[in-house]
Amino acid sequence: MRLEIQDLRVSYGGIRALKGVSLTVSEGSVVTLIGANGAGKSTALRAISGLLKPDSGRIVYNGEDILGLAAKEIVRRGVVMAPEGRRVFPDMTVRENLLIGAYLRNDKAGVEKDLRYVMELFPRLSERTWQMAGTLSGGEQQMLAVGRALMAKPKLLMMDEPSLGLAPLVVKDIFAIIRRVNQDGITILLIEQNANASLRVADYGYVLETGSIVLEGNGRALLENPSIQEAYLGRRRNRKTEPAKYEVSMNSD
Amino acid sequence: MSAIIQHLANALSVGSLYALMAIGYTMVYGVLRLINFAHGEIFMMAMYIVFFGLTMFLMPWYVSFIVAILLTAALGVAAERLAYRPLRDAPRISILISAIAVSYFLQNLATVLFGGRPLTFPQVPLFTSMIDVGGARISRLLILTPAVTAILLIALQYLLKRTKTGMAMRAVARDYDAARLMGVDLNRTIAMTFFIGSSLAGVGAIMWGMKYPQIIPTVGAMPGVKCFIAAVLGGIGSVAGAVVGGLALGIAEVLIVAAAPALAGYRDAFAFVLLIIVLLVKPTGLLGEKTTEKV
Repeated sequence: MRLEIQDLRVSYGGIRALKGVSLTVSEGSVVTLIGANGAGKSTALRAISGLLKPDSGRIVYNGEDILGLAAKEIVRRGVVMAPEGRRVFPDMTVRENLLIGAYLRNDKAGVEKDLRYVMELFPRLSERTWQMAGTLSGGEQQMLAVGRALMAKPKLLMMDEPSLGLAPLVVKDIFAIIRRVNQDGITILLIEQNANASLRVADYGYVLETGSIVLEGNGRALLENPSIQEAYLGRRRNRKTEPAKYEVSMNSD
Repeated sequence: MSAIIQHLANALSVGSLYALMAIGYTMVYGVLRLINFAHGEIFMMAMYIVFFGLTMFLMPWYVSFIVAILLTAALGVAAERLAYRPLRDAPRISILISAIAVSYFLQNLATVLFGGRPLTFPQVPLFTSMIDVGGARISRLLILTPAVTAILLIALQYLLKRTKTGMAMRAVARDYDAARLMGVDLNRTIAMTFFIGSSLAGVGAIMWGMKYPQIIPTVGAMPGVKCFIAAVLGGIGSVAGAVVGGLALGIAEVLIVAAAPALAGYRDAFAFVLLIIVLLVKPTGLLGEKTTEKV
Protein backbone atom coordinates (compact mmCIF):
# COMPACT_ATOMS: atom_id res chain seq x y z
CA MET A 1 0.00 0.00 0.00
CA ARG A 2 1.35 3.36 -0.97
CA LEU A 3 -0.38 6.61 -1.76
CA GLU A 4 1.47 9.18 -3.72
CA ILE A 5 0.05 12.54 -4.58
CA GLN A 6 1.84 14.53 -7.21
CA ASP A 7 1.31 18.21 -7.91
CA LEU A 8 -2.37 18.19 -7.03
CA ARG A 9 -4.23 21.34 -8.01
CA VAL A 10 -7.85 21.98 -7.08
CA SER A 11 -9.97 25.07 -7.44
CA TYR A 12 -13.45 25.93 -6.28
CA GLY A 13 -15.34 28.58 -8.17
CA GLY A 14 -12.24 30.48 -9.23
CA ILE A 15 -10.40 30.14 -5.93
CA ARG A 16 -7.33 27.95 -6.03
CA ALA A 17 -7.60 25.80 -2.92
CA LEU A 18 -4.62 23.54 -3.65
CA LYS A 19 -1.70 24.91 -5.64
CA GLY A 20 0.37 21.87 -6.44
CA VAL A 21 0.49 19.61 -3.40
CA SER A 22 2.71 16.53 -3.37
CA LEU A 23 2.83 14.06 -0.54
CA THR A 24 3.47 10.39 0.11
CA VAL A 25 1.84 8.02 2.55
CA SER A 26 3.74 4.77 2.86
CA GLU A 27 2.48 1.44 4.08
CA GLY A 28 1.73 1.11 7.77
CA SER A 29 2.50 4.70 8.69
CA VAL A 30 0.52 7.50 10.27
CA VAL A 31 0.90 10.63 8.21
CA THR A 32 -0.59 13.91 9.28
CA LEU A 33 -1.40 17.00 7.35
CA ILE A 34 -1.60 20.02 9.60
CA GLY A 35 -2.45 23.59 8.88
CA ALA A 36 -4.80 26.40 9.78
CA ASN A 37 -8.45 26.57 8.88
CA GLY A 38 -8.79 27.13 5.15
CA ALA A 39 -5.29 25.93 4.30
CA GLY A 40 -6.80 23.28 1.99
CA LYS A 41 -6.52 20.19 4.18
CA SER A 42 -10.09 19.04 3.72
CA THR A 43 -9.90 19.81 0.03
CA ALA A 44 -6.98 17.42 -0.29
CA LEU A 45 -8.89 14.59 1.39
CA ARG A 46 -12.05 15.28 -0.59
CA ALA A 47 -10.02 15.10 -3.79
CA ILE A 48 -8.43 11.79 -2.79
CA SER A 49 -11.79 10.25 -1.90
CA GLY A 50 -13.33 11.30 -5.20
CA LEU A 51 -15.83 13.82 -3.84
CA LEU A 52 -14.40 16.58 -5.98
CA LYS A 53 -12.54 16.78 -9.23
CA PRO A 54 -9.03 18.23 -9.17
CA ASP A 55 -7.84 20.45 -12.02
CA SER A 56 -4.62 18.54 -12.47
CA GLY A 57 -2.12 16.28 -10.78
CA ARG A 58 -1.91 12.60 -10.04
CA ILE A 59 -3.18 10.53 -7.14
CA VAL A 60 -1.37 7.23 -7.41
CA TYR A 61 -2.52 4.43 -5.16
CA ASN A 62 -0.65 1.13 -5.38
CA GLY A 63 0.67 2.16 -8.75
CA GLU A 64 -2.74 3.06 -10.16
CA ASP A 65 -3.85 6.62 -10.84
CA ILE A 66 -7.17 6.86 -9.00
CA LEU A 67 -7.77 10.51 -9.79
CA GLY A 68 -11.15 10.91 -11.45
CA LEU A 69 -12.56 7.59 -10.26
CA ALA A 70 -16.02 7.59 -8.68
CA ALA A 71 -16.08 7.76 -4.89
CA LYS A 72 -17.34 4.19 -4.62
CA GLU A 73 -14.47 2.87 -6.72
CA ILE A 74 -12.03 4.52 -4.36
CA VAL A 75 -13.79 3.01 -1.34
CA ARG A 76 -13.67 -0.36 -3.11
CA ARG A 77 -9.89 -0.05 -3.38
CA GLY A 78 -9.63 0.40 0.37
CA VAL A 79 -9.24 4.17 0.66
CA VAL A 80 -11.92 5.30 3.11
CA MET A 81 -12.59 8.61 4.81
CA ALA A 82 -14.16 9.51 8.13
CA PRO A 83 -15.34 13.00 7.21
CA GLU A 84 -15.06 16.23 9.10
CA GLY A 85 -17.92 16.86 11.49
CA ARG A 86 -18.51 13.10 11.80
CA ARG A 87 -21.51 13.09 9.46
CA VAL A 88 -23.08 9.99 10.95
CA PHE A 89 -26.63 9.30 9.79
CA PRO A 90 -28.62 10.66 12.74
CA ASP A 91 -31.89 8.86 12.07
CA MET A 92 -30.29 5.47 11.70
CA THR A 93 -29.27 3.28 14.58
CA VAL A 94 -25.65 2.79 15.56
CA ARG A 95 -25.79 -0.68 14.05
CA GLU A 96 -27.24 0.58 10.77
CA ASN A 97 -24.57 3.26 10.58
CA LEU A 98 -21.92 0.59 10.95
CA LEU A 99 -23.60 -1.68 8.41
CA ILE A 100 -23.79 1.04 5.81
CA GLY A 101 -20.05 1.39 6.22
CA ALA A 102 -19.90 -2.13 4.83
CA TYR A 103 -22.17 -1.18 1.92
CA LEU A 104 -19.84 -2.44 -0.81
CA ARG A 105 -18.92 -5.66 0.94
CA ASN A 106 -20.66 -8.96 0.33
CA ASP A 107 -18.70 -11.19 2.69
CA LYS A 108 -21.23 -11.61 5.48
CA ALA A 109 -18.86 -13.43 7.79
CA GLY A 110 -16.17 -10.79 7.33
CA VAL A 111 -18.67 -8.02 8.05
CA GLU A 112 -19.78 -9.75 11.26
CA LYS A 113 -16.18 -10.15 12.28
CA ASP A 114 -15.41 -6.49 11.68
CA LEU A 115 -18.58 -5.52 13.54
CA ARG A 116 -17.18 -7.36 16.56
CA TYR A 117 -13.82 -5.68 16.04
CA VAL A 118 -15.42 -2.23 16.04
CA MET A 119 -17.50 -3.06 19.11
CA GLU A 120 -14.40 -4.20 20.91
CA LEU A 121 -12.61 -1.03 19.85
CA PHE A 122 -15.49 1.16 21.03
CA PRO A 123 -17.28 -0.48 23.95
CA ARG A 124 -19.45 2.62 24.28
CA LEU A 125 -20.97 1.84 20.90
CA SER A 126 -21.70 -1.77 21.75
CA GLU A 127 -23.89 -0.55 24.63
CA ARG A 128 -25.82 1.62 22.20
CA THR A 129 -26.30 -0.60 19.17
CA TRP A 130 -30.01 0.17 18.81
CA GLN A 131 -29.81 3.83 19.70
CA MET A 132 -30.29 6.46 17.01
CA ALA A 133 -26.93 7.94 16.06
CA GLY A 134 -28.36 11.46 16.40
CA THR A 135 -28.81 10.92 20.14
CA LEU A 136 -25.15 10.09 20.75
CA SER A 137 -22.73 12.58 22.29
CA GLY A 138 -20.16 14.26 20.08
CA GLY A 139 -17.41 11.87 21.15
CA GLU A 140 -19.58 8.82 20.59
CA GLN A 141 -20.52 10.12 17.17
CA GLN A 142 -16.85 10.51 16.31
CA MET A 143 -16.23 6.94 17.41
CA LEU A 144 -19.15 5.85 15.28
CA ALA A 145 -17.77 7.76 12.29
CA VAL A 146 -14.42 6.01 12.68
CA GLY A 147 -16.13 2.66 13.26
CA ARG A 148 -18.28 3.16 10.18
CA ALA A 149 -15.20 3.86 8.08
CA LEU A 150 -13.48 0.78 9.51
CA MET A 151 -16.45 -1.34 8.44
CA ALA A 152 -15.48 -0.61 4.84
CA LYS A 153 -12.28 -2.57 5.53
CA PRO A 154 -9.88 0.25 4.70
CA LYS A 155 -6.24 -0.20 3.88
CA LEU A 156 -5.84 3.54 4.11
CA LEU A 157 -8.07 5.36 6.59
CA MET A 158 -8.31 9.10 6.15
CA MET A 159 -9.59 11.13 9.06
CA ASP A 160 -10.65 14.73 8.76
CA GLU A 161 -10.39 16.60 12.07
CA PRO A 162 -11.44 13.74 14.34
CA SER A 163 -10.82 15.84 17.46
CA LEU A 164 -12.85 18.83 16.34
CA GLY A 165 -15.17 20.13 19.03
CA LEU A 166 -14.49 17.30 21.47
CA ALA A 167 -13.60 17.53 25.15
CA PRO A 168 -9.87 17.06 25.91
CA LEU A 169 -10.40 13.66 27.54
CA VAL A 170 -12.32 12.40 24.53
CA VAL A 171 -9.61 13.76 22.24
CA LYS A 172 -7.15 11.63 24.13
CA ASP A 173 -9.32 8.56 23.55
CA ILE A 174 -9.57 9.30 19.86
CA PHE A 175 -5.81 9.55 19.46
CA ALA A 176 -5.36 6.33 21.40
CA ILE A 177 -7.74 4.69 18.96
CA ILE A 178 -5.80 6.07 15.99
CA ARG A 179 -2.66 4.45 17.39
CA ARG A 180 -4.43 1.17 18.00
CA VAL A 181 -5.98 1.04 14.53
CA ASN A 182 -2.60 1.76 13.01
CA GLN A 183 -1.02 -1.05 15.03
CA ASP A 184 -3.71 -3.34 13.63
CA GLY A 185 -2.26 -2.70 10.21
CA ILE A 186 -4.24 0.19 8.79
CA THR A 187 -2.34 3.08 7.28
CA ILE A 188 -3.60 6.46 8.40
CA LEU A 189 -3.73 9.89 6.83
CA LEU A 190 -4.82 12.32 9.49
CA ILE A 191 -5.85 15.93 9.14
CA GLU A 192 -5.78 18.03 12.25
CA GLN A 193 -5.78 21.52 13.60
CA ASN A 194 -4.62 20.02 16.86
CA ALA A 195 -1.02 19.97 15.62
CA ASN A 196 0.46 18.94 18.93
CA ALA A 197 -1.54 15.76 19.36
CA SER A 198 -1.38 14.76 15.71
CA LEU A 199 2.38 15.27 15.36
CA ARG A 200 2.88 13.14 18.45
CA VAL A 201 1.00 10.24 16.92
CA ALA A 202 2.38 10.69 13.39
CA ASP A 203 5.42 9.11 11.77
CA TYR A 204 5.57 11.86 9.22
CA GLY A 205 3.92 15.24 8.86
CA TYR A 206 3.22 17.85 6.24
CA VAL A 207 2.37 21.47 6.92
CA LEU A 208 -0.09 23.04 4.55
CA GLU A 209 -0.43 26.79 4.22
CA THR A 210 -2.86 28.42 1.78
CA GLY A 211 -2.79 25.51 -0.60
CA SER A 212 0.89 24.63 -0.60
CA ILE A 213 3.08 22.35 1.47
CA VAL A 214 5.52 24.61 3.27
CA LEU A 215 7.26 22.10 5.49
CA GLU A 216 7.55 18.38 5.97
CA GLY A 217 9.44 15.99 8.18
CA ASN A 218 8.99 13.25 10.71
CA GLY A 219 6.58 13.98 13.52
CA ARG A 220 9.19 14.47 16.23
CA ALA A 221 11.25 16.84 14.09
CA LEU A 222 8.24 18.98 13.23
CA LEU A 223 7.23 19.15 16.87
CA GLU A 224 10.62 20.60 17.66
CA ASN A 225 10.79 22.89 14.68
CA PRO A 226 10.78 26.50 15.93
CA SER A 227 8.56 27.88 13.20
CA ILE A 228 5.97 25.14 13.82
CA GLN A 229 6.12 25.78 17.53
CA GLU A 230 5.42 29.42 16.94
CA ALA A 231 2.71 29.03 14.34
CA TYR A 232 0.84 25.94 15.55
CA LEU A 233 1.97 24.95 19.00
CA GLY A 234 3.15 28.02 20.91
CA ARG A 235 -0.19 29.68 21.21
CA ARG A 236 -2.21 26.56 21.62
CA ARG A 237 -3.42 27.47 25.08
CA ASN A 238 -5.41 30.42 23.89
CA ARG A 239 -5.97 29.26 20.39
CA LYS A 240 -9.46 30.00 19.26
CA THR A 241 -11.51 26.86 19.74
CA GLU A 242 -13.66 25.81 16.89
CA PRO A 243 -17.39 25.84 17.70
CA ALA A 244 -18.96 22.41 17.29
CA LYS A 245 -21.03 23.48 14.36
CA TYR A 246 -22.39 20.06 13.49
CA GLU A 247 -23.32 19.12 17.01
CA VAL A 248 -26.36 21.35 17.06
CA SER A 249 -27.89 20.23 13.82
CA MET A 250 -27.25 16.56 14.46
CA ASN A 251 -28.65 16.42 17.95
CA SER A 252 -31.76 18.30 16.97
CA ASP A 253 -32.97 15.34 14.97
CA MET B 1 -75.91 1.07 8.98
CA SER B 2 -75.23 -0.11 5.46
CA ALA B 3 -74.72 3.50 4.41
CA ILE B 4 -72.15 3.96 7.15
CA ILE B 5 -70.24 0.85 6.05
CA GLN B 6 -70.32 2.09 2.50
CA HIS B 7 -68.97 5.48 3.44
CA LEU B 8 -66.26 4.04 5.66
CA ALA B 9 -65.11 1.57 3.02
CA ASN B 10 -65.08 4.33 0.46
CA ALA B 11 -63.17 6.67 2.75
CA LEU B 12 -60.55 4.04 3.48
CA SER B 13 -60.03 3.19 -0.17
CA VAL B 14 -59.74 6.84 -1.26
CA GLY B 15 -57.33 7.39 1.62
CA SER B 16 -55.24 4.39 0.56
CA LEU B 17 -54.99 5.67 -3.00
CA TYR B 18 -53.84 9.07 -1.77
CA ALA B 19 -51.31 7.37 0.50
CA LEU B 20 -49.83 5.31 -2.35
CA MET B 21 -49.28 8.37 -4.45
CA ALA B 22 -48.14 10.60 -1.61
CA ILE B 23 -45.30 8.16 -0.93
CA GLY B 24 -43.88 8.97 -4.37
CA TYR B 25 -43.79 12.68 -3.54
CA THR B 26 -42.25 12.15 -0.16
CA MET B 27 -39.56 9.69 -1.28
CA VAL B 28 -38.41 11.91 -4.13
CA TYR B 29 -38.44 14.89 -1.82
CA GLY B 30 -36.34 12.86 0.58
CA VAL B 31 -33.49 12.24 -1.85
CA LEU B 32 -33.66 15.35 -4.06
CA ARG B 33 -35.48 17.98 -1.96
CA LEU B 34 -37.68 18.31 -5.02
CA ILE B 35 -41.46 18.39 -5.31
CA ASN B 36 -41.86 16.20 -8.37
CA PHE B 37 -44.71 18.00 -10.07
CA ALA B 38 -44.69 15.40 -12.84
CA HIS B 39 -45.84 12.69 -10.43
CA GLY B 40 -49.51 13.24 -11.31
CA GLU B 41 -48.72 12.89 -15.01
CA ILE B 42 -46.84 9.67 -14.41
CA PHE B 43 -49.98 8.45 -12.71
CA MET B 44 -52.03 9.54 -15.74
CA MET B 45 -49.73 7.69 -18.14
CA ALA B 46 -50.24 4.50 -16.15
CA MET B 47 -53.98 4.74 -16.74
CA TYR B 48 -53.50 5.11 -20.49
CA ILE B 49 -51.06 2.21 -20.59
CA VAL B 50 -53.57 -0.08 -18.87
CA PHE B 51 -56.31 1.12 -21.19
CA PHE B 52 -54.35 0.32 -24.32
CA GLY B 53 -52.99 -2.89 -22.88
CA LEU B 54 -56.49 -4.18 -22.27
CA THR B 55 -58.38 -2.77 -25.24
CA MET B 56 -55.82 -2.62 -28.03
CA PHE B 57 -53.36 -5.36 -27.18
CA LEU B 58 -56.01 -7.52 -25.52
CA MET B 59 -53.70 -8.53 -22.70
CA PRO B 60 -55.07 -10.42 -19.72
CA TRP B 61 -55.66 -7.95 -16.90
CA TYR B 62 -52.70 -9.08 -14.81
CA VAL B 63 -50.30 -8.78 -17.74
CA SER B 64 -51.52 -5.30 -18.57
CA PHE B 65 -51.26 -4.27 -14.91
CA ILE B 66 -47.68 -5.50 -14.64
CA VAL B 67 -46.71 -3.91 -17.94
CA ALA B 68 -48.29 -0.63 -16.84
CA ILE B 69 -46.54 -0.63 -13.49
CA LEU B 70 -43.15 -1.38 -15.07
CA LEU B 71 -43.55 1.18 -17.85
CA THR B 72 -44.69 3.79 -15.35
CA ALA B 73 -41.66 3.09 -13.20
CA ALA B 74 -39.44 3.36 -16.27
CA LEU B 75 -41.09 6.67 -17.16
CA GLY B 76 -40.33 8.04 -13.70
CA VAL B 77 -36.70 6.91 -13.97
CA ALA B 78 -36.45 8.46 -17.44
CA ALA B 79 -37.82 11.78 -16.19
CA GLU B 80 -35.17 11.81 -13.48
CA ARG B 81 -32.41 10.87 -15.89
CA LEU B 82 -33.31 13.41 -18.57
CA ALA B 83 -34.83 16.32 -16.69
CA TYR B 84 -33.57 16.25 -13.10
CA ARG B 85 -30.13 14.65 -13.01
CA PRO B 86 -28.51 17.24 -15.32
CA LEU B 87 -29.74 19.93 -12.91
CA ARG B 88 -28.70 18.28 -9.67
CA ASP B 89 -26.03 20.87 -8.92
CA ALA B 90 -28.10 23.77 -10.22
CA PRO B 91 -30.09 26.05 -7.91
CA ARG B 92 -33.10 24.21 -6.58
CA ILE B 93 -35.56 26.46 -8.38
CA SER B 94 -34.24 25.20 -11.75
CA ILE B 95 -35.04 21.59 -11.03
CA LEU B 96 -38.48 22.60 -9.73
CA ILE B 97 -39.18 24.42 -12.98
CA SER B 98 -37.92 21.39 -14.83
CA ALA B 99 -40.42 19.23 -12.94
CA ILE B 100 -43.26 21.56 -13.93
CA ALA B 101 -42.05 21.36 -17.53
CA VAL B 102 -42.06 17.54 -17.45
CA SER B 103 -45.59 17.68 -16.09
CA TYR B 104 -46.86 19.86 -18.95
CA PHE B 105 -44.82 17.92 -21.47
CA LEU B 106 -46.44 14.63 -20.46
CA GLN B 107 -49.94 16.14 -20.46
CA ASN B 108 -49.44 17.47 -23.96
CA LEU B 109 -47.75 14.31 -25.13
CA ALA B 110 -50.79 12.37 -23.96
CA THR B 111 -53.08 14.79 -25.80
CA VAL B 112 -51.10 14.34 -29.01
CA LEU B 113 -50.79 10.57 -28.72
CA PHE B 114 -54.16 9.62 -27.29
CA GLY B 115 -56.35 12.62 -28.08
CA GLY B 116 -58.27 14.79 -25.66
CA ARG B 117 -61.47 12.78 -25.81
CA PRO B 118 -62.26 10.98 -22.55
CA LEU B 119 -61.65 7.24 -22.64
CA THR B 120 -63.31 4.81 -20.30
CA PHE B 121 -61.09 2.73 -18.09
CA PRO B 122 -61.93 -0.93 -18.75
CA GLN B 123 -63.66 -2.76 -15.94
CA VAL B 124 -62.07 -5.89 -14.56
CA PRO B 125 -64.97 -7.86 -13.01
CA LEU B 126 -62.72 -9.60 -10.50
CA PHE B 127 -62.12 -6.22 -8.90
CA THR B 128 -65.30 -4.32 -9.59
CA SER B 129 -68.05 -6.84 -8.91
CA MET B 130 -70.26 -6.13 -5.92
CA ILE B 131 -70.16 -8.05 -2.66
CA ASP B 132 -72.15 -7.97 0.57
CA VAL B 133 -70.48 -6.64 3.68
CA GLY B 134 -72.65 -6.37 6.78
CA GLY B 135 -75.77 -5.79 4.68
CA ALA B 136 -74.12 -3.16 2.49
CA ARG B 137 -73.45 -3.84 -1.17
CA ILE B 138 -70.05 -2.48 -2.02
CA SER B 139 -67.56 -2.97 -4.81
CA ARG B 140 -64.79 -5.45 -4.12
CA LEU B 141 -62.43 -2.69 -5.02
CA LEU B 142 -63.23 -0.89 -1.76
CA ILE B 143 -61.86 -3.88 0.14
CA LEU B 144 -59.01 -4.67 -2.23
CA THR B 145 -57.58 -1.16 -2.40
CA PRO B 146 -56.70 -0.85 1.30
CA ALA B 147 -55.51 -4.46 1.31
CA VAL B 148 -53.15 -3.98 -1.64
CA THR B 149 -51.95 -0.70 -0.13
CA ALA B 150 -51.22 -2.38 3.19
CA ILE B 151 -49.21 -5.13 1.50
CA LEU B 152 -47.20 -2.62 -0.51
CA LEU B 153 -46.53 -0.54 2.59
CA ILE B 154 -45.20 -3.55 4.45
CA ALA B 155 -43.00 -4.42 1.49
CA LEU B 156 -41.76 -0.84 1.28
CA GLN B 157 -41.02 -0.75 4.98
CA TYR B 158 -39.07 -3.98 4.66
CA LEU B 159 -37.12 -2.55 1.75
CA LEU B 160 -36.28 0.67 3.57
CA LYS B 161 -35.33 -0.90 6.89
CA ARG B 162 -33.89 -4.26 6.01
CA THR B 163 -32.16 -4.07 2.65
CA LYS B 164 -28.97 -2.41 1.54
CA THR B 165 -30.82 -0.49 -1.14
CA GLY B 166 -33.22 0.88 1.44
CA MET B 167 -30.42 1.85 3.77
CA ALA B 168 -28.67 3.58 0.90
CA MET B 169 -31.85 5.54 0.16
CA ARG B 170 -32.13 6.68 3.74
CA ALA B 171 -28.46 7.59 3.79
CA VAL B 172 -28.73 9.57 0.55
CA ALA B 173 -31.82 11.35 1.87
CA ARG B 174 -29.78 12.51 4.82
CA ASP B 175 -26.33 13.32 3.48
CA TYR B 176 -25.09 12.92 -0.10
CA ASP B 177 -21.39 13.14 0.62
CA ALA B 178 -21.40 10.90 3.66
CA ALA B 179 -23.33 8.31 1.63
CA ARG B 180 -20.83 8.55 -1.23
CA LEU B 181 -17.97 8.09 1.20
CA MET B 182 -19.50 4.76 2.18
CA GLY B 183 -19.47 3.70 -1.47
CA VAL B 184 -23.15 4.37 -2.17
CA ASP B 185 -23.84 5.09 -5.84
CA LEU B 186 -25.84 8.32 -5.75
CA ASN B 187 -27.27 8.07 -9.26
CA ARG B 188 -28.38 4.50 -8.89
CA THR B 189 -29.98 5.13 -5.52
CA ILE B 190 -31.87 8.18 -6.74
CA ALA B 191 -33.02 6.29 -9.85
CA MET B 192 -34.22 3.48 -7.59
CA THR B 193 -36.22 5.98 -5.55
CA PHE B 194 -37.97 7.18 -8.70
CA PHE B 195 -38.56 3.58 -9.75
CA ILE B 196 -40.31 2.73 -6.50
CA GLY B 197 -42.25 5.98 -6.20
CA SER B 198 -43.47 5.76 -9.80
CA SER B 199 -44.43 2.11 -9.59
CA LEU B 200 -46.54 2.86 -6.51
CA ALA B 201 -48.19 5.65 -8.50
CA GLY B 202 -48.81 3.04 -11.22
CA VAL B 203 -50.55 0.72 -8.77
CA GLY B 204 -52.54 3.67 -7.47
CA ALA B 205 -53.53 4.66 -11.00
CA ILE B 206 -54.90 1.21 -11.78
CA MET B 207 -57.10 1.17 -8.73
CA TRP B 208 -58.05 4.80 -9.29
CA GLY B 209 -59.08 3.99 -12.84
CA MET B 210 -61.37 1.19 -11.73
CA LYS B 211 -62.95 3.54 -9.19
CA TYR B 212 -63.17 6.66 -11.35
CA PRO B 213 -63.08 5.25 -14.89
CA GLN B 214 -62.67 8.40 -16.97
CA ILE B 215 -59.26 8.95 -18.59
CA ILE B 216 -58.24 12.32 -20.01
CA PRO B 217 -54.73 13.82 -20.32
CA THR B 218 -55.31 15.98 -17.24
CA VAL B 219 -56.69 13.17 -15.11
CA GLY B 220 -53.54 13.08 -13.00
CA ALA B 221 -53.53 16.77 -12.15
CA MET B 222 -56.04 16.82 -9.31
CA PRO B 223 -54.94 13.57 -7.62
CA GLY B 224 -51.38 14.81 -8.06
CA VAL B 225 -52.01 18.05 -6.24
CA LYS B 226 -54.06 16.37 -3.55
CA CYS B 227 -51.44 13.75 -2.85
CA PHE B 228 -48.81 16.43 -2.70
CA ILE B 229 -51.01 18.09 -0.07
CA ALA B 230 -51.33 14.75 1.71
CA ALA B 231 -47.56 14.42 1.78
CA VAL B 232 -47.19 17.93 3.19
CA LEU B 233 -49.90 17.22 5.75
CA GLY B 234 -48.07 14.12 6.93
CA GLY B 235 -44.70 15.82 6.85
CA ILE B 236 -42.86 15.75 3.55
CA GLY B 237 -39.80 13.52 3.57
CA SER B 238 -41.41 10.99 5.89
CA VAL B 239 -42.88 7.81 4.40
CA ALA B 240 -45.01 7.16 7.47
CA GLY B 241 -46.15 10.77 7.23
CA ALA B 242 -47.25 10.31 3.62
CA VAL B 243 -49.37 7.32 4.61
CA VAL B 244 -50.94 9.14 7.55
CA GLY B 245 -51.49 12.27 5.46
CA GLY B 246 -52.98 10.34 2.55
CA LEU B 247 -55.35 8.36 4.75
CA ALA B 248 -56.33 11.45 6.73
CA LEU B 249 -57.05 13.52 3.64
CA GLY B 250 -59.00 10.76 1.86
CA ILE B 251 -61.05 9.82 4.88
CA ALA B 252 -61.79 13.42 5.80
CA GLU B 253 -62.85 14.27 2.26
CA VAL B 254 -65.26 11.38 1.94
CA LEU B 255 -66.72 11.63 5.42
CA ILE B 256 -67.26 15.39 5.28
CA VAL B 257 -69.20 15.01 2.06
CA ALA B 258 -71.11 12.04 3.54
CA ALA B 259 -72.04 14.02 6.63
CA ALA B 260 -72.97 17.16 4.74
CA PRO B 261 -73.95 16.29 1.15
CA ALA B 262 -74.55 19.98 0.45
CA LEU B 263 -70.77 20.43 0.55
CA ALA B 264 -70.15 17.85 -2.18
CA GLY B 265 -69.29 20.55 -4.68
CA TYR B 266 -66.53 21.79 -2.39
CA ARG B 267 -64.87 18.40 -2.06
CA ASP B 268 -61.76 19.37 -4.02
CA ALA B 269 -61.51 22.73 -2.28
CA PHE B 270 -61.27 21.00 1.07
CA ALA B 271 -57.75 19.74 0.37
CA PHE B 272 -56.53 23.24 -0.42
CA VAL B 273 -58.05 24.72 2.72
CA LEU B 274 -56.30 21.97 4.63
CA LEU B 275 -52.99 22.82 2.94
CA ILE B 276 -53.31 26.46 3.97
CA ILE B 277 -54.08 25.47 7.54
CA VAL B 278 -51.14 23.05 7.72
CA LEU B 279 -48.74 25.62 6.33
CA LEU B 280 -49.96 28.20 8.83
CA VAL B 281 -50.13 26.00 11.90
CA LYS B 282 -47.56 23.23 11.47
CA PRO B 283 -45.48 23.63 8.31
CA THR B 284 -43.44 20.51 9.05
CA GLY B 285 -46.60 18.40 8.94
CA LEU B 286 -47.77 15.76 11.37
CA LEU B 287 -44.67 13.56 11.31
CA GLY B 288 -42.27 15.87 9.50
CA GLU B 289 -38.54 16.19 9.99
CA LYS B 290 -37.71 18.76 12.59
CA THR B 291 -34.40 19.57 10.99
CA THR B 292 -33.86 22.45 8.68
CA GLU B 293 -32.97 21.95 5.05
CA LYS B 294 -29.67 20.30 4.39
CA VAL B 295 -27.08 22.49 2.75
